[in-house]
Amino acid sequence: MNDDTLLSARGLNLRFGAVTALDQVDCDLWPGEVLAIVGESGSGKTTLLNVLSGRMAPQSGVVWYRDPNGHLVDVHAMPAPALRALHRSDWGFVHQNPRDNLRMGVTAGGNVGERLMAQGSRHYGNIRAEAIAWLEQVEIDADRVDHLPRTFSGGMLQRLQIARTLVTHPRLVFMDEPTGGLDVSVQARLLDLIRSLVRRLGIAVVLVTHDLAVARLLAHRVMVMQRGVVVESGLTDQVLDDPQHPYTQLLVSSVLSA
Amino acid sequence: MIMLETENLSKNFLLHLQGGVRIDVLRGVDFSVQAGECVALTGPSGAGKTTLLRSLYGNYRAGGGAIRVRHEGAMVDIVTASPRLVVEVRDRTLGYVSQFLRVVPRVSALDIVADAARGVSTQQAHEMAAALLARLNIPARLHGLPPATFSGGEQQRINLARGFIGSHPILLLDEPTASLDNANRDIVIEMILEAKAAGKAVVGIFHDTFVRDAVANRIFNVLPLQDAA
Repeated sequence: MNDDTLLSARGLNLRFGAVTALDQVDCDLWPGEVLAIVGESGSGKTTLLNVLSGRMAPQSGVVWYRDPNGHLVDVHAMPAPALRALHRSDWGFVHQNPRDNLRMGVTAGGNVGERLMAQGSRHYGNIRAEAIAWLEQVEIDADRVDHLPRTFSGGMLQRLQIARTLVTHPRLVFMDEPTGGLDVSVQARLLDLIRSLVRRLGIAVVLVTHDLAVARLLAHRVMVMQRGVVVESGLTDQVLDDPQHPYTQLLVSSVLSA
Repeated sequence: MIMLETENLSKNFLLHLQGGVRIDVLRGVDFSVQAGECVALTGPSGAGKTTLLRSLYGNYRAGGGAIRVRHEGAMVDIVTASPRLVVEVRDRTLGYVSQFLRVVPRVSALDIVADAARGVSTQQAHEMAAALLARLNIPARLHGLPPATFSGGEQQRINLARGFIGSHPILLLDEPTASLDNANRDIVIEMILEAKAAGKAVVGIFHDTFVRDAVANRIFNVLPLQDAA
């Protein structure tokens, strides 16, 4: 792991029976950098995200994370409580389906405030004020603070999930198809929101997407995966405009332009 | 002072989906541009002018040779630099104005331009963006709208404002006046001359010979490879 990388993985391998999900995958991420992992369904990109974030163990290989004190920690050798603490504060995870992250029986404000409480905040008034401020940042009206998420549209739920994730000011956020199940009009709004928040807050992001346009809009760098292997990686616009690997050429040439 | 130079630069495209056809576009290109100078790339359509320009920016991956850019006092080879360093070079040193605006959904023209400003506060960036757009005759009532529905000429001027606001030491321009009327064309000529006077290095493709004659110090002719061989 060199100089100032935030996250580094070396030699990750993972097989599910006869299926190779990860084959000798290396990966580096620097502070404030957005890295997109692209590929078709089954290429191993979500598995990679789960392994990088410690949610799934590799059969071999290592993932290093540099904590805020500058210490390197081996994500898969950490005690479970330490990993949970990391996921509660310094890291965030945005799921494709917001219901996987939100608590549907708790109000919008409660969903956002809960992450703060988990981090140790106790003053109710401050937590509520911060929750409202975050709802506004993700363009949800403050007067929805006491409503249950089940009264929200899909796009609003996704924005609520983002507010819940970012409220603790994470340094690193993992995103799995964050615009996946949304209407195109809602997607554009969400992408713009993610783009501006990530930039303004200087958050590093590992983003899984099958949508090359999403990668182009958000990512500095992309990694292209096919059957568990990283076949090409580099600057986003270079990989998309001048793809070198046959599989990347196929992906890029298969996109319909509207 | 040399701001950008190539040495023995080559570029080919290997089309795996078309049976592995290899298209050689650039070979042995030695080219340089000095601070305060504008070099115009010329040559017949298909000769590889845009390929050269895009390679200089790192948008296309060079096949061989070197592309050295003066970045914060040191020469950085774009061909071998890490993606992270190329991002930094583009951020601080190397500006690019493409022929077409890649529209970001929902983002206003003003924000698109202000977003590209460097080293200033958000408020200053917005003021600079508004001034640049006004100079390029984009009426204030359009500043708050996303440019998806703008005309070709308006989009090109948004793109130009975006390229010029960063005041990069090196500017690459791909047909910056192609969709502009004469009045706006003259404004762009003025902006390029000002950039040169401020010591910027400019490399451009200008089909309009009037523009080329007005801004270029030198011509660099890009020959189709079958003719060059």
